[in-house]
Amino acid sequence: MIIGAGHAGLAMSRCLADRSIDHVVLERGDVANSWKTERWDSLRLLTPNWQSRLPDFSYEGDDPDGYRTMPEVIDFLDGYAQTISAPVEAQTTATSVRANDSGYRVGTDQGEWQCKTLVMAMGACNIPNVPKLADAVPAGITSVTPMDYRNPDQIEDGGVLVVGASATGTQIGDELHRSGRPVTLAVGEHIRAPRLYRGRDIEWWMDVAGVHDERYDEIDDINRARRVPSLQLAGSPERRMLDLNALTDIGVKLCGRFVGINDGKAQFSGSLANQCDLSDLKMGRLLNTFDEWAAENGIDDEVDASHRFDATRIEASPPLGLDFAKSGIKTILWATGYRPDYSWLDVDVFDRKGNVRHVGGIVDAPGLYLMGLQFLRRRKSALIDGAADDARDLSTHLAAYLDENAAVAGS
Amino acid sequence: MSETAVNNGVNVEALLGAREALTEAPEAAQFKWRASCEWKNGTHSHSTVESFFGLGEEQSRTTVFNFDADHPEVFASEDNGATPVEYVLVGLASCLTAGVAAVAQHREIQLNSVVATLEGGMDIQGILGIDGDVRNGFDGIKVSFKIDADADDDDIKALVAQSQKRSAVYDIITNPTNVIVEVN
Repeated sequence: MIIGAGHAGLAMSRCLADRSIDHVVLERGDVANSWKTERWDSLRLLTPNWQSRLPDFSYEGDDPDGYRTMPEVIDFLDGYAQTISAPVEAQTTATSVRANDSGYRVGTDQGEWQCKTLVMAMGACNIPNVPKLADAVPAGITSVTPMDYRNPDQIEDGGVLVVGASATGTQIGDELHRSGRPVTLAVGEHIRAPRLYRGRDIEWWMDVAGVHDERYDEIDDINRARRVPSLQLAGSPERRMLDLNALTDIGVKLCGRFVGINDGKAQFSGSLANQCDLSDLKMGRLLNTFDEWAAENGIDDEVDASHRFDATRIEASPPLGLDFAKSGIKTILWATGYRPDYSWLDVDVFDRKGNVRHVGGIVDAPGLYLMGLQFLRRRKSALIDGAADDARDLSTHLAAYLDENAAVAGS
Repeated sequence: MSETAVNNGVNVEALLGAREALTEAPEAAQFKWRASCEWKNGTHSHSTVESFFGLGEEQSRTTVFNFDADHPEVFASEDNGATPVEYVLVGLASCLTAGVAAVAQHREIQLNSVVATLEGGMDIQGILGIDGDVRNGFDGIKVSFKIDADADDDDIKALVAQSQKRSAVYDIITNPTNVIVEVN
């Protein structure tokens, strides 16, 4: 059984079908449910069209370098589900999973299922990760998560404090500020990245230089790599770079990480300068990797000349505090990440932080698998483009596990 | 990379071992750091640092460390020691410097010399109660590192950036901390 009919679940379905392994795909809504119901209106995929390569299915349109709108993502995944005739049980929500002698007993709102193996492919973005700090927000200030956010019209007139400067925070901050709601952006750890480098999409560079293919068992500290925030990217038709400098240019006010609320005032860390230094240095190292790859592969003449971007500009003394009442802030948008929802999983596989123990997606319980999480098996694992390789690897493991079990049962 | 082993005098293996052990046993990672301070005369005080708690038990040292604090003569004091705010600069400087050495060792960068110079700006109208809009503490701290190491400029900058990211004193200064003061 596969839980979740998004790109990861569908890719796994295709790989299992190739091996003639009987399966169903449980889906709480319809195919591509999160993309349909949990994303804001203007969002486009951060990866270019050509890059969504699913097993036996990829982009065939005339705009390979474009970025899909949400309706286009939904069409793409719907098309995939139909092409592969995925056995999707739509409108079926898993409510409990228990281990038993023959595998797993899965309770749903449409009755019970029994399966030998279970692939959890619900994605990494089920619950907005709002910090405890949100409990102390003064009355009169509205908290909004990116999951509830659709467009600026739903946000009260007045200032907005956007917390978090990864892809979500920078995109929504940009949109809200342009809508006439002055944005203050609280900036913690973030990964600055250009949309285009030497005339090519950064995703092209990461793809050809093998950065996306780096494996979980090849890198230094996998736990840390899994916690690294998403690239500060946007997919816009203009292919513009949406970094902190671009936001400063339109008048967004930058401050440090949002660390406390005291006496009706927000408190920001004094670490903004270092957060920006760390990010600039990290981006420089990534661009060095691309330059080295271009030189080694003799393509220096095929791409534009190597160059570097201006350092992130910040004020000499960024604000350390903000009085909600005086500043005119009416809304806080928590772009502080997401986490998976395992509330229905009654199997002893959790570490003390509530994460599922797994090695490259092979969970610490027989026949249980994970997909679609950040750096699950490769740097690209959470991307649509990461599903194919992971599904091939994990379906191979799953098939071997079933064979082994059948052999034991038959002996 | 040079043929000889990088040696900044940091036992990275021990630190990485501790990191691994404490990941498995987070309760042993709970430390308590202590200092005690006795008033001498005027603004002069004498502080000592000795025991601390960590790895699940009381830890003791063979040495008691002593610190005199006072204010300079322009404050009509006797200048028996550095001012408390200068101790804060010392704390930040030594924490960042230790961090630079540890990160350099881990990244196999040989350090030849590391010198940090610090300056904290302060408008003393705050502590003198002249202007309520002026804070008591520093209005900013500037740290300048001069580092000679077998690495390029960006790698050296990255050492300093990573050291700030992992520094306890940097965190204490840049982020709010609850302080409870009791009288017994």
